[in-house]
Amino acid sequence: MIGRRWWAPWLWLAPAITLLSVFLIYPVVDTLRRSLLNADSTRFVGFDNYKFIIDNPVPLLSNTHSAILNNVLWLVLFTSFAVGVGLGIALLASRVRYEAVAKSAIFIPMAVSFVAASVIWRFMYVFDPHIGTINAFITHFGGHSTAWIQNTNAPQTWLTSLGPTTLPDPIQINNLALIIVGVWVWTGFAVVVLSAGLRAISSEMLQAARVDGANEWQIFRRIIIPVLSPTIAVVATTLVIQALKLFDLVWVMTGGKFKTDVIATLFFREAFLIQDFGVGSALAIVLLLAVVPVMVVSIRRFQFQEETR
Amino acid sequence: MASVTFDHVTKRFDETPAITDLDLEIADREFLVLVGPSGCGKSTALRMLAGLETVTRGKIYIGDRLVNDVPAKDRDLAMVFQSYALYPHMSVYDNMAFGLKLRKVKKEEIRRRVTEAARTLDIEELLKRKPRQLSGGQRQRVAVGRAIVREPRAFLFDEPLSNLDAKLRVQTRAELSKLHERIGTTFIYVTHDQTEAMTMADRIAVLRDGIIQQVGRPQELYEHPDNIFVAGFIGSPAMNFFDATVRGEPESLQLDTGPFHLPIPREKAAGLLPYRGKKVVLGVRPESIHDSDFPRSGVIPVQVQAAVDVLELMGNEVFLHLLSDGVSFLARVDSRTKAKPGRKIQVLFDLGEMHAFDADTQQAIPLDKPF
Repeated sequence: MIGRRWWAPWLWLAPAITLLSVFLIYPVVDTLRRSLLNADSTRFVGFDNYKFIIDNPVPLLSNTHSAILNNVLWLVLFTSFAVGVGLGIALLASRVRYEAVAKSAIFIPMAVSFVAASVIWRFMYVFDPHIGTINAFITHFGGHSTAWIQNTNAPQTWLTSLGPTTLPDPIQINNLALIIVGVWVWTGFAVVVLSAGLRAISSEMLQAARVDGANEWQIFRRIIIPVLSPTIAVVATTLVIQALKLFDLVWVMTGGKFKTDVIATLFFREAFLIQDFGVGSALAIVLLLAVVPVMVVSIRRFQFQEETR
Repeated sequence: MASVTFDHVTKRFDETPAITDLDLEIADREFLVLVGPSGCGKSTALRMLAGLETVTRGKIYIGDRLVNDVPAKDRDLAMVFQSYALYPHMSVYDNMAFGLKLRKVKKEEIRRRVTEAARTLDIEELLKRKPRQLSGGQRQRVAVGRAIVREPRAFLFDEPLSNLDAKLRVQTRAELSKLHERIGTTFIYVTHDQTEAMTMADRIAVLRDGIIQQVGRPQELYEHPDNIFVAGFIGSPAMNFFDATVRGEPESLQLDTGPFHLPIPREKAAGLLPYRGKKVVLGVRPESIHDSDFPRSGVIPVQVQAAVDVLELMGNEVFLHLLSDGVSFLARVDSRTKAKPGRKIQVLFDLGEMHAFDADTQQAIPLDKPF
């Protein structure tokens, strides 16, 4: 660093720092500030907005509990389905000759925007079997039409006839219906990344395991999964972040009705429709706090991989 | 421990033949080397035995057991791969123990066998490391260790030394020979390197384009190659070949190669008698061509003049690339030679060590056999 001035590095960093400040740091700080103020940000209310989220006083208008629970549901089911199905398809695709075709077919939904995908699937789920593909399929085989994306706790579906209560309260069939759409869109991503990971596993190693006496399941369980685990982690973290910041799919398909709200949709409605910037900002901060640990984990992992290279 | 039998085995990939009618019996405790140039099918043969490739036609036996339809995991063989194929997520210990764990061997027994194998291979202090923390030579040892703890019926080696540097290769070669002596199990070893084959094998099978050319003890292959391919493949540097015509009276046969005429020694003449007037291929090993300044005793010398094209110093000896009227050949001569590139030199062909081959069939013409 001979002949360099102490401020030289900062000069180079300045553009990035300016951009980050304007578009990231300022909004975060301001959101934090507004989350401690009242609806039109004129009066300090302390943690009242957070209390609102915890107490859930108006569940019919904005059900904070259901939104948080739904986000957890998304996080767990969406991520595990997309990774699981993705891994299954990647493994199967690696064994067929038309691998490229199969993978492209699975990947195509990635190219469709969430909004377009949501519109398509809203049609798929329509109650009228003349329009809704899924109900058409079910009624064709003698079932009854189901209002998939409405709340199935209402006595409007054939599922209700199977028992007094269909599913425990937070787990609603409509949330699952939405998660399936998310999985449909994101599985392609998981397949592409995981099959790239699978390719990197040398076939000699699998043959060595076979000669060592491993059957196909043992090879999968004790060789493929552990060797693939960094790749699986990358895919899973990406999907977890997707699940946490999920907005458009729910917004287009149900608008958050029938208890399908997630934190992002609820915060949008609170802030911009109900115009309570206090609660809206508080929800945004909750979402931020949920994403931070995931980011930390993935950045750590990234650093670890850089070091072990 | 078991013998291995290939009974008229053929392998085709789609319509491309990889192995044609391979018929080979490998005795229990034998060290057999399958050698041949790349693409000759030697690895395919080994992989069929391991159960990693299907057999198109014919039968493979391990001991008395027909294994054509036995999956790889049940054949009880151990294999060392060219890339070593270690499991990167497991420690060296776990790598070696993996096969035993799958076979539900008791923990103490696994510990005993792994430690013993590690001691044999001198890798005890590496047991806790991951493969990526090891050097190439250490990985190679772990791969061998993973094979020996299994105590399999036979060991299969697929070019296990080709990723090692030259010095380590020589050392490991010796160690593998020792290992074979010590554990006394059938070793089947695939390589493209004839030196490895010559130094380690009890018997060598030379393979070319999926067809066995010759099977025999290393010295047998060196001294009595069955055809031009084996003659050229075994021995380094490779044998020189000259197109020649057999001429002269029965009592004084000569080989006319164009640039020079070589009188055939009396004891070699009988075999060539039927070829009078016909074309043959003369084979002379570089070590049978001597500098006339430093003649060896006990040879049947025939003097030939040639120009030195290239001179390769080996230290203990010199390789001379010689030219004689457009015919090029290699001589392995005494290091005191006065040969200089571009100069002429007199060399002596030791025709007592000559080989001759039928120009059409490429098969060896028996010269030593008394008629």
